[in-house]
Amino acid sequence: MTATKTLAPIPFPPLLPVGLVCTVLRPVLDRIVRRIAARHPEIFARVAPYERSDFVIVPQELPFALHLRPDPEAPLLRAVPRNRLPPHEARIEGRFLLLLSLVDGESDGDAAFFSRDLTISGNTEAVVSLRNALDDMDGSVAQEAADLFGPPGRAILAALRRRSGRQ
Amino acid sequence: MTGAEDFSAAGELVCPAGTPAALRTAVEAGADTVYCGLRNATNARNFPGLNFTPEELQASVAFAHARGAKVLLAVNTYPPAGQLALWHEAAAIGMRAGVDAFIVADMGVARHIAETWPRARLHLSVQAAASSPEAIRYYCTHFGVRRVVLPRILTIPEIRAIRREIPCEIETFVFGNHGLMVEGRCSLTNWLTGQSTNLDGVCSPAAEVTFERADDGTMRSCLSGFTIDRFAAGETAGYPTICKGRYAAPHRPEGYYAFEEPVSLNLGRLLPELMAAGVHAFKIEGRQRSKSYVRQVVGAFRRAVDSIRSGHDPDLADLVALTEGQKETQGAFQTKKWR
Repeated sequence: MTATKTLAPIPFPPLLPVGLVCTVLRPVLDRIVRRIAARHPEIFARVAPYERSDFVIVPQELPFALHLRPDPEAPLLRAVPRNRLPPHEARIEGRFLLLLSLVDGESDGDAAFFSRDLTISGNTEAVVSLRNALDDMDGSVAQEAADLFGPPGRAILAALRRRSGRQ
Repeated sequence: MTGAEDFSAAGELVCPAGTPAALRTAVEAGADTVYCGLRNATNARNFPGLNFTPEELQASVAFAHARGAKVLLAVNTYPPAGQLALWHEAAAIGMRAGVDAFIVADMGVARHIAETWPRARLHLSVQAAASSPEAIRYYCTHFGVRRVVLPRILTIPEIRAIRREIPCEIETFVFGNHGLMVEGRCSLTNWLTGQSTNLDGVCSPAAEVTFERADDGTMRSCLSGFTIDRFAAGETAGYPTICKGRYAAPHRPEGYYAFEEPVSLNLGRLLPELMAAGVHAFKIEGRQRSKSYVRQVVGAFRRAVDSIRSGHDPDLADLVALTEGQKETQGAFQTKKWR
């Protein structure tokens, strides 16, 4: 799959308080980032100069963003309300399904940048380092995250892939 | 490495890998040969977070060899005067890892490898910008170069004529970045950043690049604080390199691409002609690209080459979505009038 502007939007319950969503997601995202860090310590070497840097990843159609700090000793991944982003070194923004496709190893970041579906700002070197680190793993971050939660996790990932036309 | 191995028959696919995972992806997608570099200035994709440690290179060579694929190590930048140690070390690492050939540009590096390991196989990088039979023969005679990667400035008839006059194999780019300028001699990025592809292995170092997006959707790409392009909302973008920048000039106040355009090379439709012209190997550019790019492009060209070998027309998938600026060209290979 390549970057495309035709990805279907993700429905999000408009009445759900975003703060509550972020709180509910906290243990889920924490478990994901610790699992990836434990199983793929090699990826941290590629982003080592920025291991204490804060990245925000902004899915355009969702009311929250992801805050990532790729510190191998204390990896951080949490959801934060879009209107209360923490200070950050770099910002990566795109539609949720595109971002998922990128961490799923199915889309090319440069192509998404060329098509203007992916926007980056801040420290470009930090973003490039992070991209290369995540790309140097067999399989997919998304799949490993889904596997962590068993059949329900895999079902959700499969549904999202179907929505983006990849299954 | 003995240097005496037979490389595959005409149409060998030489594919990029910026990480071990990309190398495995390339091999599994059908690469005959994969080229890569170490994590330093000895190769022309010295990008943050990219490339191989010596240990990763060794494991990757073993992986490729176990599956019948070859690995080339790019040592294709120019050492600053008196600072050869890093390049010599890179060659030694490559030898220990068992790479099948070195891609070199600098004569000093070529001589060092040829004298230290006489059986090592040398390929002449596009960064050497050798585009005449005389230049190519010089490298073959003095350093034992076995293959030349031709600059992207020649038509197919010119390649055919060169082939008849040189004693080595020819490799041409068939897909990817089309930032040719005068390959190996471009100093534009050096002018602004103090670093260059030729000496430091990096064109437009990411640390010097910024993208600024305005509320109206326009995006400005800057290098070392200088604006090199401004894209309208929704307009496709290119790499933030000076050669792909858009500039205003007295005769073109609206701004125009003065050097190159953000466009990618795609010679998919010319593969049969290139093979008939005596091109031995097809190179896919893109060590800086993702596994997804490698999987799609290598797979498409694998199927195309196999189709040609079996007497059928190449069946190339549409790769335009992966191209820079979402535009592709056949460049000088089709006509000298491409610009």
